Amino acid sequence: MAALINVPAKAKRGDVIEIRTLTSHIMETGFRHTTDGKLVPRDIITSFTCRYNGAEIFRADLFPAIAANPYLSFFTVARESGKFEFEWIGDNGYSSTASASIIVE
Amino acid sequence: MPTTRRQFLSLAGGVAAAGTIPIVTLRPLHATPAMLNTAIRNVVGEAPIRTGRVKLDIPPLVENGNTVPMTVSVASPMTADDHVKSIHVFNEKNPQPNIGNFYFGPSTGRAQVATRIRLADTQKVVAITRLSDDTFWQVAADVVVTLAACTEEMN
Amino acid sequence: MSVWRAIAAAALFAAAPALLAGEVPHDARRSGYSFMGPDTRAMQDDDTSNPGMLFVLDGEQLWDKKTGRAEKACADCHGDARTSMKGVAARYPAFDKALSRPVTLDQRINLCRSNHQQASPLPYESRELLALSAFVAHQSRGVAITAGDDPQAKPFVEQGRDLFMQRQGQLNLACTNCHDDNFDKRLAGAPITQGQPTGYPLYRLEWQTLGSLERRLRSCMSGVRAQAYDYGSPELVALELYLMSRARGLPMETPAVRP
Repeated sequence: MAALINVPAKAKRGDVIEIRTLTSHIMETGFRHTTDGKLVPRDIITSFTCRYNGAEIFRADLFPAIAANPYLSFFTVARESGKFEFEWIGDNGYSSTASASIIVE
Repeated sequence: MPTTRRQFLSLAGGVAAAGTIPIVTLRPLHATPAMLNTAIRNVVGEAPIRTGRVKLDIPPLVENGNTVPMTVSVASPMTADDHVKSIHVFNEKNPQPNIGNFYFGPSTGRAQVATRIRLADTQKVVAITRLSDDTFWQVAADVVVTLAACTEEMN
Repeated sequence: MSVWRAIAAAALFAAAPALLAGEVPHDARRSGYSFMGPDTRAMQDDDTSNPGMLFVLDGEQLWDKKTGRAEKACADCHGDARTSMKGVAARYPAFDKALSRPVTLDQRINLCRSNHQQASPLPYESRELLALSAFVAHQSRGVAITAGDDPQAKPFVEQGRDLFMQRQGQLNLACTNCHDDNFDKRLAGAPITQGQPTGYPLYRLEWQTLGSLERRLRSCMSGVRAQAYDYGSPELVALELYLMSRARGLPMETPAVRP
């Protein structure tokens, strides 16, 4: 699934930088019904994790009250050049990953 | 104080339960203040929750409850000794009281998270933070959800 | 809820029965963007926070993907979309000589699929069709709309204009009653816009997904309690063509975000 990641390409050591992620997902609540009365089963992303050179820096538990195509913005301290890895995990075995690199000077 | 319709229904339900075998158990359509309180206590336990420290930016009047931008932040130095461990966001009237749990550490640099949420109705949103000294702080905001005209029928 | 909205709509128009249909003057035309609040504008303005861009990304991949019995990708004929597709969506719906009628961008994509890729048409509002049309239309972002300029399209623009002016549904309302005569007022909690289709396919917060102008028109028709025309019907295409020609000169915004 498509994901949009916004991480600054370059940062100064010690800068606090913003990371924004947006990923495609229907986030079906499990509380809606079809026109013939059947409950539409829940299908949501339940967990998001961001790792910076392997170490977890931010994690989120998501619930049906998170809007479709989940958007998350959070921060970290630019310590060293390297890689951010993003992981979304959800219902029905859903799993998706993305990554972005940064140069810290 | 006059009996409200809800109180009357719950009284009537109580009488029915005492006199007959209830045939159906109705699950509430909305989270109730009691459910909100339970959801909060599941996270906080018995610890006291103080008001303050947390800032919740959410439009007081939203154009569509399906996608409401929200930012939660806590003024914190974010050092090893003094940082925000987590932020938990709840609502009062969606079918479920939880919105999201967000976990931070000293390497997060700034205790702030932004996302987009669903609000089924005009209601209160509550954000609670847990600091590294294991104290809890909260803030609440009221959001008015306007109804769009000419929306498609829900299917 | 629906009944309440219908009453609100009926009350609004009962209060002003003498209003005559008056088209919006050329220099007073405004994109739906200008009717939105700052939060929704911010969502559209930043490509990394605009959920419509997820569909544009999907469309970019589909553009290069070989499909159908001809084993051809869009890119095999059209090359780099950034140059070949720039300004194209601003001209659509466009008159098709072989069919002797205007076709929408969605229909053009499906004609390409059947004629050149020998692939089955993509269903209206399917993720793939929306992604492809969003990707193509995105190449025209900032380009002024010119649809309807082709002299051969004129009779269809007129047909669309007639439909726009024609009262319909149980509420007996024409498009013009809201979008020419009463824009900037409110219907229930929402501002009434001029109905300028500058950003389609667009991401509606209500839909929580991307959708076409036809989906929006059909939902307006349900709103006035009229039987909505089918996707791809000559009436919807004519209406779409009129609306695009009515927005002539306004810049394309695809993928726009709307409440």
